[in-house]
Amino acid sequence: MLKNRIIPCLDVKNGRVVKGINFVDLKDAGDPVEQAKIYSDGGADEICFLDITASNENRETIYEVVKKTSKKCFVPLTVGGGVRSVEDINRLLNCGADKVSINTAAVENSKVVIDSSKKFGSQCIVVAIDAKKTGEKWEVFTHGGRNNSGIDALKYAKQMEDSGAGELLVTSMDKDGTKSGYDIELMKKITSNVNIPVIASGGVGTLDHLVDGINSGASAVLAASIFHYGTYSINEVKEYLASKDIPVRI
Amino acid sequence: MNVTIVDYNSGNISSVVNSFNEVAKDKVKIEVTSDLSKIKSSDKVVLPGQGSFKSCIEALNNIDGLTDMLNEFAITNKKPILGICVGLQMFADIGYEETETKGLGWVSGKVSKINNQNGKYKLPHIGWNQINIVKDSKIFKDIENNSHMYFVHSYELVPEDRNVISSTTDYSSNIVCSVEKENIFGTQFHPEKSDKTGLKIIDNFINL
Repeated sequence: MLKNRIIPCLDVKNGRVVKGINFVDLKDAGDPVEQAKIYSDGGADEICFLDITASNENRETIYEVVKKTSKKCFVPLTVGGGVRSVEDINRLLNCGADKVSINTAAVENSKVVIDSSKKFGSQCIVVAIDAKKTGEKWEVFTHGGRNNSGIDALKYAKQMEDSGAGELLVTSMDKDGTKSGYDIELMKKITSNVNIPVIASGGVGTLDHLVDGINSGASAVLAASIFHYGTYSINEVKEYLASKDIPVRI
Repeated sequence: MNVTIVDYNSGNISSVVNSFNEVAKDKVKIEVTSDLSKIKSSDKVVLPGQGSFKSCIEALNNIDGLTDMLNEFAITNKKPILGICVGLQMFADIGYEETETKGLGWVSGKVSKINNQNGKYKLPHIGWNQINIVKDSKIFKDIENNSHMYFVHSYELVPEDRNVISSTTDYSSNIVCSVEKENIFGTQFHPEKSDKTGLKIIDNFINL
């Protein structure tokens, strides 16, 4: 039976790990390569790097981080943040990323998703969707959550599947950093609407939030703070999920 | 001893290269090339593969003489070869991804889309699944039955001769996830991304 994946996410800025609370108030918390290795040794099913480096001159740092990490971690490595083009994807893959997640660029030009999934295969193309509830629907936000594209998130999810995305990484902007749980309604709507795996993200504070995330139909759950500040170990999470009859790799 | 990982522009092979280097340390030389003479003189060959069956076969055919060299290596000289993911799938006679495409024909059978049972199963099959070892395979030495391996694929190899199958995994049906036919080995899962268990399989192949 296919297991639900537990994915710790490391926010990386200028080659260092940070984690944002609602995308601001960054705290420095270590070397990404060592962190990733600790997670993979601890049983993480996959590692996710989100590069939040703002300035272009420091964008090069992520390639070095990926290169070093991929020589030490032998579980899948997903890298996202600031990915603009097919060439950026190519470079990250060549540095050793197994999957690349595309956010703003996919909203602005779905051809990036179409072309890259054709060129490298859907298996390595993850479309990251930052969604925020506005009235009765959810809209897609870009540029690290700063800009509202006005695009309906549910329709967009389907469109990205059709464009060749292999997975969707769905983050609730309302929930991110709040530790009050995933946006379950959003996750349920998206997972039932597409036939590709969905990774739930944004808002985990307790072990039960992870259970709720999986039960909403997500194939994987992504979390940052609860792992990063040592609230729970990966193993504790897995033991707990298993005790709730959720299939995990132990 | 030297092991060649065939670099034929089939997408991202850095993880395969990194994992073989990790296992080989300084004892075994790992070459990454499409150079025919280097492949010919190798002790073992690894054939990775990402993307579609069609794009991988096209990439192989784009390098003059590569398919013939692989045939000589695996079929005439019967030297050990390991196909990973689409690398394994290409062993079949025919694949149906994108369009009907002729494979290498080393393992009789076809490659067709996993039956998702009308959306009940998400595709691609992405993540960790357990392997059910159905016959002894040299690459499974010291690998426990029901070990977890990392998968990413939407298509499956369906061999005509079920005796080549060394393990299956449960996703929609019993999907073939590895084969062994004399000197020919293949895994549908990614040993290079399957943590310590995966590295052990790579070690087993290197030490054949």
